[in-house]
Amino acid sequence: MSIELNSRPRLAPGVRLGDNNQQRVLLMPERALRLNGPSLEIVERCDGRHTVQQIISELQQLYSKAEPSKVEQDILGYLALLQKERALDFEPVGA
Amino acid sequence: MTEPPSNPLALIAELTHRCPLHCVYCSNPLELQARSAELSTEEWSRVFREAAALGVLQADFTGGEPLTRPDILEIIRAARAAGLYVNLITSGLPLDESRLEALVQAGLDHFQLSFQGAQEETANEISGTKAHAHKLRVLEWLKHHRVAVTLNFVIHRRNIDQLPEMLSLAESSSATRVEFANVQYYGWAFANRDSLLPTRAQLTQSIDFLKEAQERLSGKIKIEYVVPDYYAKYPKPCMGGWGRKLMLITPNGDALPCHAARVIPGMSFENVKSRGLREIWEDSDAFQKFRGEVWMQEPCKTCDRRTQDFGGCRCQAFLLAGDPAATDPVCSLAPQRPRVDAILAALNDANSAGAGLVHHGGDPPSDVLLTKPTWLYRPNPS
Repeated sequence: MSIELNSRPRLAPGVRLGDNNQQRVLLMPERALRLNGPSLEIVERCDGRHTVQQIISELQQLYSKAEPSKVEQDILGYLALLQKERALDFEPVGA
Repeated sequence: MTEPPSNPLALIAELTHRCPLHCVYCSNPLELQARSAELSTEEWSRVFREAAALGVLQADFTGGEPLTRPDILEIIRAARAAGLYVNLITSGLPLDESRLEALVQAGLDHFQLSFQGAQEETANEISGTKAHAHKLRVLEWLKHHRVAVTLNFVIHRRNIDQLPEMLSLAESSSATRVEFANVQYYGWAFANRDSLLPTRAQLTQSIDFLKEAQERLSGKIKIEYVVPDYYAKYPKPCMGGWGRKLMLITPNGDALPCHAARVIPGMSFENVKSRGLREIWEDSDAFQKFRGEVWMQEPCKTCDRRTQDFGGCRCQAFLLAGDPAATDPVCSLAPQRPRVDAILAALNDANSAGAGLVHHGGDPPSDVLLTKPTWLYRPNPS
């Protein structure tokens, strides 16, 4: 499955942010992912309102010193990982 | 002394051994604990706070049937208040729609519904209870609640050919995950092993089927498949390594490194009523016993895979080789592997003609598959 730039990712049921030892983590069935700066910025925008394209644009501004195409690639890679873990629902394009 | 151990990530809480089901492969020990010995709500609440302070992220509520605890809602709230992610592993009995609503309101994150098959007759035979039809109702109710849903199918010789039906059931539900876990041969399942272990042909066919399904459903449903390790080349990293990631608390508060650890002779377990969770995790004899590599024998001791599988399962080493420090006999490098091969040969050679027919679908199965087993059913504790 490929990721549509106009779709709106949202954390799937039973997937949520948590804290552990002063570290933000993404909790989900049978797994937990530790979140660093950029991955936390991505996950916080998976709210069903931001499109994938908007997440990319906002992070490109936030990390303006990084190569924009590299930022885009990293975001799409991270979203694909979350999708494979079944941690995201994608609101369809135009919804 | 070695460096202090890493912190546990998950706490497996066996809230009770009471259960409306009598499954022939139950992971509970042969000796079940009575209701009167169970930890109280307050004691569990303290365990959750200590677990979170120790670095635990998730609590897995299991049993027995956790829903037989009248205080299950308070227990869920206490675990959430401690900061834990809450998994409930349940048969779906006893449950009605309003109680399900209350579980989700209390903060349940993940509902794992166990199934004994896709067909009512087989499922009820395995569980010794008429439970299947009710599970289907629970699946419908779950569609109206925002909670992660996993279907857990326990797989064995008599239902492994129903995988397509099981998957259809999952696809028609709100599940985001489905686990097809072959029975692990300890306790009740060890006693019933000769009626449960699938044939090699069945296993091969199941792997092919689920590999294709994983690709087709990627991003929709996450499929996990656990094969019976008797057929594996290398052992499973049991519990992610002894005393490395998981801690199990029995209904009466004993802290164990794994479900089956009680079978190993000479082990003693500390209880959360008399000692803190951190001390038990870091210092108790039971958790130290097979932690790290000091206890290992050859071939594990010098094997490159020892940091991946940690020598396999200690309980299985005891059950099959008679020595809990031996290399897990399912390992192809283990000196005791011939014992496992003999078990497989007894099943597959006697069954080879029939197994071939089963593999090619539809034809009448072999004698071994048709023979009605004499099950040893798990009873209910007082």
